[in-house]
Amino acid sequence: MNTDLYEKKIPIIKIGNFLIVSIQVDMHDKLAIQLQSQILEEIGKTSAKGVLIDISVLEMVDSFIGRMLSGMATMASIMDAAVVIVGMQPAVAITLVELGLEMPGVDTALNMEKGMEMLEKRVRNEDNDLF
Amino acid sequence: MSLVMLELTSEKNWEKLGKHILKFENDVVKLRQTIRHYAKQFRMGIVDQTRVTTAVSELFRNMYNYAGGGEVVIEKGIIEGKEALIITCIDSGPGIEDLELAMSDGYSTGMGMGYGLPGAKRLVDRFEIESKVNEGTIVRIMKWR
Repeated sequence: MNTDLYEKKIPIIKIGNFLIVSIQVDMHDKLAIQLQSQILEEIGKTSAKGVLIDISVLEMVDSFIGRMLSGMATMASIMDAAVVIVGMQPAVAITLVELGLEMPGVDTALNMEKGMEMLEKRVRNEDNDLF
Repeated sequence: MSLVMLELTSEKNWEKLGKHILKFENDVVKLRQTIRHYAKQFRMGIVDQTRVTTAVSELFRNMYNYAGGGEVVIEKGIIEGKEALIITCIDSGPGIEDLELAMSDGYSTGMGMGYGLPGAKRLVDRFEIESKVNEGTIVRIMKWR
């Protein structure tokens, strides 16, 4: 297996107020940590209001990756950005629960479209709060 | 936690499928993919494949973080009349002083949050562990088909 594959950064795409991250590789721990700080930096740089993380390709989420995702959601919310995880495979969801891992503060949606709706709703509600 | 087994089950008639060395961080990823491959070949369903892959991911991380790596043996055999995939993780790390504590939920000495061993145990059909301080740890998990 090509080790260079793992050194590549996971791309973060900005669309409007949101960042979109699609995790397409089986991440080792360092890559997961790198992604976490990459996303937070990007939130800081772009003042994004929401982050959509697509994990539909991930065949497993263990305690480390789960913890990375929920940690990131907490950190992002401190930076006033919401995180929505989309596309979790059913087998991954079952395993996460059996593993005993809770992911407080993490919002999930079935797919990209629903996740985007969640984020848009959140931003709209915030705008309304100003009046 | 009542069922911390200190004796490893072992049978001569198990068929050895493979043996791998875990040394680098990337090996954790490579080897858990290898295990999924075996689980698939073993005709496990997708949920069981995911359970086994996740369980070994926890074990491999422990081996890498605490023992600097180790050896992984994959076998298949008949246990209690059921066909089982058997994965054994062997390291010569510092060992675990208090197994009961290490097997209890929420306990961790390192960067983990203590989901490693008890979490892995919940995902498989049988979980066995043997550890000697300063000598190493052997964890054997089994999943029926």
